[in-house]
Amino acid sequence: MNTVLQVRDLRKSFGGIVAVDGVSFDVEESEILGIIGPNGSGKSTLFNCILGQLQPSAGDVRLDGRAVTGMRPCDLNRLGVSRTFQLLQIFPHLTVRANLILAGQEHQGSMLSRLVGRPDAGLSAAAERMLGFFRLEHLADEDAGGLSYGQQKLLDVAMAFMAGPRLALLDEPAGGVNPTMLANLRERLKAINAEHGSTFVVIEHNMEFVMALCDRILVLAEGRIIAQGTPAEVRSDPKVIEAYLGRG
Amino acid sequence: MGIGILALAGAFLLVAPLGLKPYGIFILSMWAVMTIAAIGLNLTLGYAGQISLAQAAFVGIGAYVTAWLTTKGAWPFWPTYALGFASCFAVGWILGYPALRVQHHYLAFVTLAFNTLVYLVFRNEEWLTNGIYGISNVPRPSLFGFSLKGGREFYYFCLANLVFVSLAAWWLIRSPWGRAFVAVRENPIRALSLGVDTRRYTLMAFAIGAGLGGISGALYAPLTQFVDPTPFALGLSLNLLLMVVLGGSGYFFGPFLGAIVAVLLPEWLRFAQGYYLMGYAVLVMVMMAFWPTGLLGLADRLLKK
Repeated sequence: MNTVLQVRDLRKSFGGIVAVDGVSFDVEESEILGIIGPNGSGKSTLFNCILGQLQPSAGDVRLDGRAVTGMRPCDLNRLGVSRTFQLLQIFPHLTVRANLILAGQEHQGSMLSRLVGRPDAGLSAAAERMLGFFRLEHLADEDAGGLSYGQQKLLDVAMAFMAGPRLALLDEPAGGVNPTMLANLRERLKAINAEHGSTFVVIEHNMEFVMALCDRILVLAEGRIIAQGTPAEVRSDPKVIEAYLGRG
Repeated sequence: MGIGILALAGAFLLVAPLGLKPYGIFILSMWAVMTIAAIGLNLTLGYAGQISLAQAAFVGIGAYVTAWLTTKGAWPFWPTYALGFASCFAVGWILGYPALRVQHHYLAFVTLAFNTLVYLVFRNEEWLTNGIYGISNVPRPSLFGFSLKGGREFYYFCLANLVFVSLAAWWLIRSPWGRAFVAVRENPIRALSLGVDTRRYTLMAFAIGAGLGGISGALYAPLTQFVDPTPFALGLSLNLLLMVVLGGSGYFFGPFLGAIVAVLLPEWLRFAQGYYLMGYAVLVMVMMAFWPTGLLGLADRLLKK
Protein backbone atom coordinates (compact mmCIF):
# COMPACT_ATOMS: atom_id res chain seq x y z
CA MET A 1 0.00 0.00 0.00
CA ASN A 2 1.13 3.53 -0.72
CA THR A 3 1.64 6.10 1.98
CA VAL A 4 -0.27 9.22 0.95
CA LEU A 5 0.55 11.49 3.86
CA GLN A 6 3.58 11.36 6.06
CA VAL A 7 3.87 13.60 9.12
CA ARG A 8 7.15 13.63 11.04
CA ASP A 9 7.89 15.31 14.39
CA LEU A 10 5.49 18.15 13.75
CA ARG A 11 5.65 20.88 16.38
CA LYS A 12 3.77 24.12 16.77
CA SER A 13 4.14 26.51 19.67
CA PHE A 14 2.41 29.81 20.30
CA GLY A 15 4.70 31.74 22.61
CA GLY A 16 5.23 29.40 25.55
CA ILE A 17 2.31 27.13 24.73
CA VAL A 18 3.13 24.00 22.75
CA ALA A 19 -0.07 23.12 20.88
CA VAL A 20 1.39 20.28 18.80
CA ASP A 21 4.34 18.53 20.39
CA GLY A 22 6.22 16.25 18.03
CA VAL A 23 3.45 14.37 16.23
CA SER A 24 4.35 11.67 13.68
CA PHE A 25 1.99 9.45 11.73
CA ASP A 26 1.36 8.00 8.26
CA VAL A 27 -1.86 7.78 6.30
CA GLU A 28 -2.15 4.93 3.82
CA GLU A 29 -4.00 5.10 0.54
CA SER A 30 -7.82 4.76 0.77
CA GLU A 31 -7.65 4.59 4.57
CA ILE A 32 -10.07 6.46 6.82
CA LEU A 33 -8.07 7.68 9.78
CA GLY A 34 -9.81 9.25 12.77
CA ILE A 35 -8.18 11.72 15.15
CA ILE A 36 -9.86 12.15 18.52
CA GLY A 37 -8.86 13.88 21.72
CA PRO A 38 -10.23 16.22 24.37
CA ASN A 39 -10.80 19.91 23.61
CA GLY A 40 -7.53 21.79 23.31
CA SER A 41 -5.51 18.68 22.57
CA GLY A 42 -4.15 20.23 19.37
CA LYS A 43 -6.25 18.49 16.70
CA SER A 44 -7.23 21.55 14.69
CA THR A 45 -3.78 23.12 15.05
CA LEU A 46 -2.33 19.88 13.69
CA PHE A 47 -4.64 20.15 10.66
CA ASN A 48 -3.74 23.79 10.12
CA CYS A 49 -0.03 22.98 10.20
CA ILE A 50 -0.40 20.10 7.75
CA LEU A 51 -2.46 22.25 5.40
CA GLY A 52 -0.30 25.38 5.37
CA GLN A 53 -2.81 27.58 7.17
CA LEU A 54 -0.22 27.79 9.96
CA GLN A 55 3.53 27.52 9.59
CA PRO A 56 4.77 24.64 11.81
CA SER A 57 7.58 25.51 14.24
CA ALA A 58 9.38 22.31 13.29
CA GLY A 59 8.80 19.03 11.52
CA ASP A 60 8.07 17.74 8.09
CA VAL A 61 4.96 16.98 6.01
CA ARG A 62 5.13 14.86 2.87
CA LEU A 63 2.46 14.16 0.27
CA ASP A 64 3.24 11.06 -1.81
CA GLY A 65 6.81 11.41 -0.64
CA ARG A 66 7.10 15.02 -1.75
CA ALA A 67 7.90 17.68 0.88
CA VAL A 68 4.95 20.07 1.20
CA THR A 69 5.71 21.59 4.62
CA GLY A 70 4.37 25.14 4.87
CA MET A 71 3.13 25.22 1.28
CA ARG A 72 0.34 27.75 0.58
CA PRO A 73 -3.13 26.21 1.08
CA CYS A 74 -4.21 27.00 -2.49
CA ASP A 75 -1.17 25.25 -3.98
CA LEU A 76 -1.59 22.26 -1.69
CA ASN A 77 -5.26 22.05 -2.64
CA ARG A 78 -4.36 21.96 -6.30
CA LEU A 79 -2.08 19.02 -5.55
CA GLY A 80 -5.20 17.15 -4.42
CA VAL A 81 -5.49 17.85 -0.69
CA SER A 82 -8.82 19.30 0.37
CA ARG A 83 -10.32 20.07 3.75
CA THR A 84 -13.32 21.24 5.70
CA PHE A 85 -13.18 23.48 8.73
CA GLN A 86 -14.45 22.97 12.26
CA LEU A 87 -16.95 25.77 11.76
CA LEU A 88 -19.11 25.75 8.69
CA GLN A 89 -17.44 27.60 5.79
CA ILE A 90 -19.54 28.19 2.71
CA PHE A 91 -20.16 31.23 0.48
CA PRO A 92 -23.64 32.36 1.55
CA HIS A 93 -24.28 34.76 -1.36
CA LEU A 94 -23.37 32.28 -4.07
CA THR A 95 -25.91 29.67 -5.12
CA VAL A 96 -25.36 26.07 -4.05
CA ARG A 97 -24.31 25.24 -7.61
CA ALA A 98 -21.89 28.19 -7.77
CA ASN A 99 -20.35 27.10 -4.47
CA LEU A 100 -19.61 23.71 -6.01
CA ILE A 101 -18.31 25.08 -9.31
CA LEU A 102 -16.03 27.45 -7.40
CA ALA A 103 -14.64 24.48 -5.49
CA GLY A 104 -13.53 22.87 -8.75
CA GLN A 105 -12.74 25.73 -11.11
CA GLU A 106 -9.20 26.48 -9.94
CA HIS A 107 -8.08 22.94 -10.61
CA GLN A 108 -7.97 23.24 -14.36
CA GLY A 109 -6.50 25.51 -16.99
CA SER A 110 -4.67 28.78 -16.47
CA MET A 111 -5.93 31.96 -14.85
CA LEU A 112 -6.45 33.44 -18.33
CA SER A 113 -8.41 30.44 -19.59
CA ARG A 114 -10.75 30.91 -16.63
CA LEU A 115 -11.47 34.45 -17.81
CA VAL A 116 -12.09 33.78 -21.49
CA GLY A 117 -13.44 30.24 -21.21
CA ARG A 118 -16.91 29.00 -20.33
CA PRO A 119 -18.65 30.73 -17.43
CA ASP A 120 -19.23 27.38 -15.68
CA ALA A 121 -15.61 26.31 -16.33
CA GLY A 122 -17.09 23.13 -17.86
CA LEU A 123 -18.11 21.93 -14.39
CA SER A 124 -21.91 22.03 -14.61
CA ALA A 125 -22.19 18.28 -15.13
CA ALA A 126 -19.78 17.52 -12.29
CA ALA A 127 -21.68 19.92 -10.02
CA GLU A 128 -24.93 18.20 -10.98
CA ARG A 129 -23.51 14.80 -10.06
CA MET A 130 -22.26 16.14 -6.74
CA LEU A 131 -25.68 17.69 -6.04
CA GLY A 132 -27.31 14.37 -6.72
CA PHE A 133 -24.78 12.45 -4.65
CA PHE A 134 -25.39 14.64 -1.59
CA ARG A 135 -29.13 14.91 -2.33
CA LEU A 136 -29.10 18.67 -2.70
CA GLU A 137 -30.42 18.86 -6.28
CA HIS A 138 -33.66 20.63 -5.32
CA LEU A 139 -31.59 23.42 -3.73
CA ALA A 140 -29.15 23.97 -6.62
CA ASP A 141 -30.24 27.52 -7.43
CA GLU A 142 -30.84 28.71 -3.86
CA ASP A 143 -28.33 31.02 -2.21
CA ALA A 144 -26.27 28.77 0.03
CA GLY A 145 -26.89 31.13 2.96
CA GLY A 146 -30.60 30.23 2.85
CA LEU A 147 -30.09 26.50 3.51
CA SER A 148 -30.63 24.80 6.86
CA TYR A 149 -27.56 24.12 8.98
CA GLY A 150 -27.52 20.42 8.10
CA GLN A 151 -27.84 21.14 4.37
CA GLN A 152 -25.04 23.71 4.57
CA LYS A 153 -22.90 21.11 6.30
CA LEU A 154 -23.52 18.66 3.45
CA LEU A 155 -22.64 21.39 0.94
CA ASP A 156 -19.48 22.14 2.91
CA VAL A 157 -18.41 18.51 2.64
CA ALA A 158 -19.50 18.28 -1.01
CA MET A 159 -17.27 21.25 -1.87
CA ALA A 160 -14.28 19.47 -0.40
CA PHE A 161 -14.89 16.56 -2.82
CA MET A 162 -15.70 18.61 -5.92
CA ALA A 163 -12.17 18.45 -7.32
CA GLY A 164 -11.81 14.70 -6.68
CA PRO A 165 -9.14 15.04 -3.99
CA ARG A 166 -6.56 12.38 -3.27
CA LEU A 167 -6.68 13.22 0.42
CA ALA A 168 -9.43 14.96 2.38
CA LEU A 169 -9.00 16.28 5.91
CA LEU A 170 -12.36 16.80 7.62
CA ASP A 171 -12.50 18.80 10.85
CA GLU A 172 -15.58 17.71 12.85
CA PRO A 173 -17.91 16.93 9.95
CA ALA A 174 -20.57 15.69 12.39
CA GLY A 175 -20.57 18.78 14.63
CA GLY A 176 -24.08 20.18 15.08
CA VAL A 177 -25.67 17.77 12.59
CA ASN A 178 -28.93 16.03 13.58
CA PRO A 179 -29.00 12.19 13.79
CA THR A 180 -30.84 11.62 10.47
CA MET A 181 -28.50 13.92 8.57
CA LEU A 182 -25.58 12.32 10.39
CA ALA A 183 -26.41 8.85 9.10
CA ASN A 184 -26.75 10.33 5.63
CA LEU A 185 -23.35 12.05 5.90
CA ARG A 186 -21.58 8.92 7.17
CA GLU A 187 -23.06 6.82 4.42
CA ARG A 188 -22.00 9.41 1.78
CA LEU A 189 -18.44 9.52 3.11
CA LYS A 190 -18.24 5.72 3.10
CA ALA A 191 -19.53 5.70 -0.47
CA ILE A 192 -16.93 8.20 -1.70
CA ASN A 193 -14.21 6.20 0.02
CA ALA A 194 -15.42 2.96 -1.57
CA GLU A 195 -16.03 4.33 -5.08
CA HIS A 196 -13.01 6.57 -5.54
CA GLY A 197 -10.57 5.06 -3.07
CA SER A 198 -10.12 8.52 -1.55
CA THR A 199 -8.15 8.81 1.65
CA PHE A 200 -9.64 10.60 4.66
CA VAL A 201 -8.39 12.03 7.91
CA VAL A 202 -11.29 12.91 10.20
CA ILE A 203 -11.22 14.90 13.43
CA GLU A 204 -14.33 14.13 15.42
CA HIS A 205 -15.88 14.40 18.88
CA ASN A 206 -18.89 12.24 18.11
CA MET A 207 -17.55 8.85 19.21
CA GLU A 208 -20.31 6.78 17.70
CA PHE A 209 -19.78 8.49 14.33
CA VAL A 210 -16.02 8.20 14.34
CA MET A 211 -15.96 4.57 15.53
CA ALA A 212 -18.38 3.57 12.77
CA LEU A 213 -16.56 5.51 10.05
CA CYS A 214 -12.85 5.00 10.67
CA ASP A 215 -10.48 2.08 10.09
CA ARG A 216 -7.90 3.36 12.52
CA ILE A 217 -7.89 6.04 15.22
CA LEU A 218 -5.19 8.28 16.71
CA VAL A 219 -5.77 9.76 20.16
CA LEU A 220 -4.23 13.15 20.83
CA ALA A 221 -3.81 14.72 24.27
CA GLU A 222 -1.81 17.84 25.10
CA GLY A 223 -0.33 17.90 21.62
CA ARG A 224 0.97 14.29 21.66
CA ILE A 225 -0.29 10.99 20.32
CA ILE A 226 -1.09 8.90 23.39
CA ALA A 227 -2.72 5.92 21.71
CA GLN A 228 -3.59 4.49 18.33
CA GLY A 229 -5.27 1.45 16.87
CA THR A 230 -8.57 0.10 15.64
CA PRO A 231 -11.74 1.65 17.12
CA ALA A 232 -12.13 -1.36 19.45
CA GLU A 233 -8.54 -1.13 20.73
CA VAL A 234 -8.75 2.59 21.34
CA ARG A 235 -12.09 2.34 23.11
CA SER A 236 -10.67 0.01 25.77
CA ASP A 237 -7.29 1.74 26.17
CA PRO A 238 -6.94 2.98 29.78
CA LYS A 239 -4.75 5.92 28.68
CA VAL A 240 -7.60 7.15 26.48
CA ILE A 241 -10.16 6.86 29.23
CA GLU A 242 -7.81 8.75 31.52
CA ALA A 243 -7.24 11.54 28.98
CA TYR A 244 -10.96 12.07 28.61
CA LEU A 245 -12.11 11.58 32.19
CA GLY A 246 -9.02 12.44 34.20
CA ARG A 247 -7.33 10.19 36.79
CA GLY A 248 -9.79 8.46 39.09
CA MET B 1 -39.42 42.41 -16.31
CA GLY B 2 -35.69 43.12 -16.08
CA ILE B 3 -35.32 43.10 -19.86
CA GLY B 4 -38.27 45.47 -20.25
CA ILE B 5 -36.75 48.00 -17.86
CA LEU B 6 -33.42 47.68 -19.61
CA ALA B 7 -34.94 48.27 -23.06
CA LEU B 8 -36.85 51.28 -21.74
CA ALA B 9 -33.73 52.76 -20.16
CA GLY B 10 -31.77 52.13 -23.36
CA ALA B 11 -34.42 53.83 -25.49
CA PHE B 12 -34.46 56.79 -23.11
CA LEU B 13 -30.66 57.14 -23.24
CA LEU B 14 -30.77 57.07 -27.07
CA VAL B 15 -33.47 59.70 -27.56
CA ALA B 16 -32.81 61.89 -24.50
CA PRO B 17 -30.21 64.18 -26.12
CA LEU B 18 -32.67 65.11 -28.87
CA GLY B 19 -34.78 66.98 -26.35
CA LEU B 20 -32.03 68.32 -24.10
CA LYS B 21 -30.09 71.58 -24.06
CA PRO B 22 -26.28 71.35 -24.28
CA TYR B 23 -25.90 71.49 -20.49
CA GLY B 24 -28.33 68.58 -20.07
CA ILE B 25 -26.39 66.56 -22.64
CA PHE B 26 -23.16 67.38 -20.81
CA ILE B 27 -24.62 66.15 -17.51
CA LEU B 28 -25.87 62.96 -19.13
CA SER B 29 -22.41 62.38 -20.66
CA MET B 30 -20.90 62.94 -17.20
CA TRP B 31 -23.30 60.32 -15.85
CA ALA B 32 -22.01 57.78 -18.40
CA VAL B 33 -18.37 58.63 -17.61
CA MET B 34 -18.87 58.42 -13.84
CA THR B 35 -20.83 55.18 -14.19
CA ILE B 36 -17.77 53.62 -15.84
CA ALA B 37 -15.61 54.61 -12.85
CA ALA B 38 -18.28 53.32 -10.47
CA ILE B 39 -18.49 49.98 -12.32
CA GLY B 40 -14.75 49.66 -11.70
CA LEU B 41 -15.12 50.42 -8.00
CA ASN B 42 -18.05 48.01 -7.80
CA LEU B 43 -15.76 45.23 -9.05
CA THR B 44 -13.13 46.04 -6.43
CA LEU B 45 -15.47 46.76 -3.54
CA GLY B 46 -18.84 45.24 -4.38
CA TYR B 47 -17.62 41.92 -5.76
CA ALA B 48 -14.11 41.39 -4.36
CA GLY B 49 -14.86 43.19 -1.08
CA GLN B 50 -11.77 45.42 -1.08
CA ILE B 51 -12.59 48.96 -0.04
CA SER B 52 -10.89 51.68 -2.03
CA LEU B 53 -11.04 55.43 -1.51
CA ALA B 54 -8.68 56.03 -4.40
CA GLN B 55 -10.96 55.71 -7.43
CA ALA B 56 -10.82 59.49 -8.09
CA ALA B 57 -7.04 59.24 -8.31
CA PHE B 58 -7.38 56.72 -11.14
CA VAL B 59 -9.95 58.84 -12.96
CA GLY B 60 -7.42 61.67 -12.55
CA ILE B 61 -4.49 59.64 -13.84
CA GLY B 62 -6.52 58.56 -16.89
CA ALA B 63 -7.63 62.14 -17.51
CA TYR B 64 -4.13 63.60 -17.19
CA VAL B 65 -2.55 60.92 -19.38
CA THR B 66 -5.08 61.64 -22.14
CA ALA B 67 -5.05 65.41 -21.71
CA TRP B 68 -1.28 65.69 -21.63
CA LEU B 69 -0.60 63.38 -24.56
CA THR B 70 -3.34 64.69 -26.86
CA THR B 71 -2.36 68.33 -26.27
CA LYS B 72 1.38 68.57 -25.59
CA GLY B 73 2.23 65.28 -27.22
CA ALA B 74 -0.26 65.71 -30.09
CA TRP B 75 -1.01 61.98 -29.88
CA PRO B 76 -4.16 60.61 -31.43
CA PHE B 77 -6.89 59.68 -28.93
CA TRP B 78 -6.93 55.86 -28.97
CA PRO B 79 -3.34 55.22 -27.86
CA THR B 80 -3.84 57.62 -24.95
CA TYR B 81 -7.07 55.83 -24.07
CA ALA B 82 -5.25 52.50 -24.01
CA LEU B 83 -2.40 54.00 -22.02
CA GLY B 84 -4.84 55.57 -19.55
CA PHE B 85 -6.27 52.10 -18.91
CA ALA B 86 -2.89 50.37 -18.80
CA SER B 87 -1.20 52.85 -16.47
CA CYS B 88 -4.11 52.74 -14.03
CA PHE B 89 -4.17 48.93 -14.24
CA ALA B 90 -0.48 48.83 -13.30
CA VAL B 91 -0.75 51.38 -10.48
CA GLY B 92 -3.92 49.67 -9.22
CA TRP B 93 -2.08 46.35 -9.11
CA ILE B 94 0.60 47.92 -6.91
CA LEU B 95 -2.02 49.60 -4.70
CA GLY B 96 -3.51 46.13 -4.22
CA TYR B 97 -0.50 44.95 -2.21
CA PRO B 98 -1.53 46.73 1.00
CA ALA B 99 -4.88 44.92 0.69
CA LEU B 100 -3.03 41.63 1.11
CA ARG B 101 -2.01 42.84 4.57
CA VAL B 102 -4.82 45.05 5.84
CA GLN B 103 -8.59 45.11 5.37
CA HIS B 104 -11.68 47.27 5.95
CA HIS B 105 -11.09 50.67 7.52
CA TYR B 106 -7.31 50.22 7.58
CA LEU B 107 -7.37 49.63 3.85
CA ALA B 108 -9.67 52.63 3.46
CA PHE B 109 -6.99 54.81 5.06
CA VAL B 110 -4.19 53.40 2.90
CA THR B 111 -6.15 54.13 -0.28
CA LEU B 112 -7.26 57.51 1.05
CA ALA B 113 -3.61 58.46 1.57
CA PHE B 114 -2.85 57.33 -1.97
CA ASN B 115 -5.61 59.54 -3.36
CA THR B 116 -4.20 62.53 -1.46
CA LEU B 117 -0.72 61.77 -2.74
CA VAL B 118 -1.87 61.66 -6.36
CA TYR B 119 -3.87 64.87 -5.88
CA LEU B 120 -0.76 66.61 -4.52
CA VAL B 121 1.25 65.46 -7.53
CA PHE B 122 -1.42 66.89 -9.86
CA ARG B 123 -1.37 70.20 -7.98
CA ASN B 124 2.29 70.68 -7.14
CA GLU B 125 4.32 69.07 -9.91
CA GLU B 126 3.82 71.93 -12.34
CA TRP B 127 6.48 70.72 -14.78
CA LEU B 128 4.33 67.65 -15.38
CA THR B 129 0.73 68.70 -14.83
CA ASN B 130 0.80 72.49 -15.15
CA GLY B 131 -0.39 72.67 -11.51
CA ILE B 132 -3.55 74.58 -10.68
CA TYR B 133 -3.66 76.11 -14.17
CA GLY B 134 -4.45 72.72 -15.54
CA ILE B 135 -4.41 71.59 -19.15
CA SER B 136 -6.93 73.28 -21.42
CA ASN B 137 -8.17 72.72 -24.97
CA VAL B 138 -8.15 68.96 -24.73
CA PRO B 139 -9.34 67.91 -28.19
CA ARG B 140 -12.25 65.58 -28.80
CA PRO B 141 -11.43 62.65 -31.04
CA SER B 142 -13.02 61.54 -34.27
CA LEU B 143 -14.15 58.00 -34.94
CA PHE B 144 -13.97 56.41 -38.42
CA GLY B 145 -13.84 59.91 -39.89
CA PHE B 146 -16.84 61.15 -37.88
CA SER B 147 -16.00 64.16 -35.76
CA LEU B 148 -17.11 63.86 -32.14
CA LYS B 149 -16.63 67.56 -31.39
CA GLY B 150 -20.31 68.29 -30.88
CA GLY B 151 -21.80 67.66 -27.43
CA ARG B 152 -24.43 65.28 -28.77
CA GLU B 153 -21.94 63.24 -30.81
CA PHE B 154 -19.59 63.01 -27.85
CA TYR B 155 -22.46 61.91 -25.63
CA TYR B 156 -23.15 58.97 -27.94
CA PHE B 157 -19.45 58.15 -27.86
CA CYS B 158 -19.51 58.08 -24.03
CA LEU B 159 -22.65 55.95 -24.13
CA ALA B 160 -21.00 53.48 -26.53
CA ASN B 161 -18.05 53.24 -24.14
CA LEU B 162 -20.41 52.61 -21.25
CA VAL B 163 -22.08 49.78 -23.19
CA PHE B 164 -18.71 48.27 -24.05
CA VAL B 165 -17.45 48.48 -20.44
CA SER B 166 -20.75 47.08 -19.14
CA LEU B 167 -20.56 44.07 -21.44
CA ALA B 168 -16.96 43.41 -20.45
CA ALA B 169 -17.83 43.70 -16.74
CA TRP B 170 -20.86 41.42 -17.24
CA TRP B 171 -18.66 38.81 -18.86
CA LEU B 172 -16.10 39.09 -16.07
CA ILE B 173 -18.67 38.76 -13.30
CA ARG B 174 -20.25 35.66 -14.85
CA SER B 175 -16.85 34.06 -15.49
CA PRO B 176 -14.99 31.98 -12.89
CA TRP B 177 -13.16 35.20 -11.99
CA GLY B 178 -16.38 36.81 -10.81
CA ARG B 179 -17.09 33.76 -8.66
CA ALA B 180 -13.56 33.89 -7.25
CA PHE B 181 -13.96 37.63 -6.48
CA VAL B 182 -17.11 36.92 -4.47
CA ALA B 183 -15.35 34.04 -2.72
CA VAL B 184 -12.48 36.36 -1.73
CA ARG B 185 -15.05 38.80 -0.34
CA GLU B 186 -17.16 36.27 1.54
CA ASN B 187 -14.61 33.86 2.95
CA PRO B 188 -10.97 34.25 1.88
CA ILE B 189 -9.73 31.41 4.10
CA ARG B 190 -12.13 28.86 2.65
CA ALA B 191 -11.44 30.20 -0.85
CA LEU B 192 -7.74 29.62 -0.29
CA SER B 193 -8.38 26.06 0.86
CA LEU B 194 -10.32 25.43 -2.38
CA GLY B 195 -7.35 26.34 -4.55
CA VAL B 196 -8.35 29.97 -5.16
CA ASP B 197 -5.17 32.04 -5.31
CA THR B 198 -6.67 34.84 -3.22
CA ARG B 199 -3.55 36.97 -3.53
CA ARG B 200 -3.69 37.05 -7.32
CA TYR B 201 -7.44 37.63 -7.48
CA THR B 202 -7.25 40.46 -4.93
CA LEU B 203 -4.55 42.22 -6.94
CA MET B 204 -6.52 41.62 -10.13
CA ALA B 205 -9.68 43.09 -8.59
CA PHE B 206 -7.77 46.22 -7.67
CA ALA B 207 -6.07 46.47 -11.05
CA ILE B 208 -9.22 46.02 -13.14
CA GLY B 209 -11.22 48.42 -10.96
CA ALA B 210 -8.45 51.00 -11.29
CA GLY B 211 -8.18 50.39 -15.05
CA LEU B 212 -11.87 51.21 -15.49
CA GLY B 213 -11.22 54.37 -13.47
CA GLY B 214 -8.55 55.14 -16.08
CA ILE B 215 -11.00 54.66 -18.96
CA SER B 216 -13.45 56.95 -17.22
CA GLY B 217 -10.70 59.57 -16.95
CA ALA B 218 -9.68 59.16 -20.59
CA LEU B 219 -13.27 60.11 -21.50
CA TYR B 220 -13.53 62.80 -18.83
CA ALA B 221 -10.67 64.85 -20.30
CA PRO B 222 -12.15 65.31 -23.80
CA LEU B 223 -15.64 65.69 -22.31
CA THR B 224 -14.75 68.71 -20.18
CA GLN B 225 -11.87 69.65 -22.52
CA PHE B 226 -10.08 70.98 -19.45
CA VAL B 227 -8.27 69.05 -16.72
CA ASP B 228 -7.18 70.54 -13.41
CA PRO B 229 -6.46 68.91 -10.02
CA THR B 230 -9.61 69.96 -8.12
CA PRO B 231 -12.10 67.35 -9.41
CA PHE B 232 -9.78 64.46 -8.47
CA ALA B 233 -9.50 65.24 -4.77
CA LEU B 234 -10.88 62.88 -2.15
CA GLY B 235 -14.40 64.28 -2.62
CA LEU B 236 -14.85 62.43 -5.92
CA SER B 237 -13.60 59.17 -4.39
CA LEU B 238 -16.22 59.50 -1.66
CA ASN B 239 -18.81 60.36 -4.28
CA LEU B 240 -17.94 57.26 -6.31
CA LEU B 241 -18.13 55.17 -3.14
CA LEU B 242 -21.54 56.69 -2.54
CA MET B 243 -22.64 55.70 -6.06
CA VAL B 244 -21.61 52.09 -5.50
CA VAL B 245 -23.11 51.75 -2.03
CA LEU B 246 -26.27 53.70 -2.75
CA GLY B 247 -26.99 51.83 -5.97
CA GLY B 248 -26.31 48.48 -4.31
CA SER B 249 -22.78 47.25 -3.73
CA GLY B 250 -22.20 43.93 -5.48
CA TYR B 251 -25.22 44.35 -7.78
CA PHE B 252 -24.38 44.67 -11.46
CA PHE B 253 -26.70 47.63 -12.10
CA GLY B 254 -25.92 49.32 -8.78
CA PRO B 255 -23.40 51.80 -10.22
CA PHE B 256 -25.85 52.90 -12.95
CA LEU B 257 -28.50 53.79 -10.39
CA GLY B 258 -26.00 55.18 -7.92
CA ALA B 259 -24.57 57.50 -10.56
CA ILE B 260 -28.10 58.73 -11.36
CA VAL B 261 -28.51 59.69 -7.72
CA ALA B 262 -25.03 61.20 -7.41
CA VAL B 263 -24.74 62.97 -10.80
CA LEU B 264 -28.25 63.67 -12.10
CA LEU B 265 -30.34 64.07 -8.96
CA PRO B 266 -28.44 67.13 -7.65
CA GLU B 267 -29.13 68.82 -10.99
CA TRP B 268 -32.84 67.96 -10.89
CA LEU B 269 -33.05 69.36 -7.38
CA ARG B 270 -31.73 72.73 -8.48
CA PHE B 271 -35.26 74.16 -8.51
CA ALA B 272 -34.89 74.28 -4.72
CA GLN B 273 -32.08 76.78 -5.26
CA GLY B 274 -29.85 77.29 -2.21
CA TYR B 275 -31.40 74.38 -0.37
CA TYR B 276 -30.88 71.68 -2.96
CA LEU B 277 -27.61 70.34 -1.60
CA MET B 278 -29.04 70.23 1.91
CA GLY B 279 -32.07 68.36 0.68
CA TYR B 280 -29.82 66.02 -1.26
CA ALA B 281 -27.68 65.33 1.81
CA VAL B 282 -30.75 64.53 3.93
CA LEU B 283 -32.09 62.22 1.22
CA VAL B 284 -28.82 60.29 1.05
CA MET B 285 -28.69 60.00 4.85
CA VAL B 286 -32.23 58.68 5.04
CA MET B 287 -31.62 56.18 2.24
CA MET B 288 -28.45 54.85 3.81
CA ALA B 289 -30.01 54.63 7.28
CA PHE B 290 -33.04 52.66 6.12
CA TRP B 291 -31.69 50.75 3.11
CA PRO B 292 -28.01 50.06 3.77
CA THR B 293 -27.92 47.47 0.98
CA GLY B 294 -28.68 50.19 -1.56
CA LEU B 295 -31.49 50.65 -4.02
CA LEU B 296 -31.04 47.28 -5.68
CA GLY B 297 -30.67 45.53 -2.33
CA LEU B 298 -34.04 47.01 -1.42
CA ALA B 299 -35.59 45.98 -4.73
CA ASP B 300 -34.21 42.47 -4.27
CA ARG B 301 -35.80 42.22 -0.83
CA LEU B 302 -39.16 43.52 -2.02
CA LEU B 303 -39.25 41.15 -5.00
CA LYS B 304 -38.44 38.12 -2.86
CA LYS B 305 -41.29 38.82 -0.40
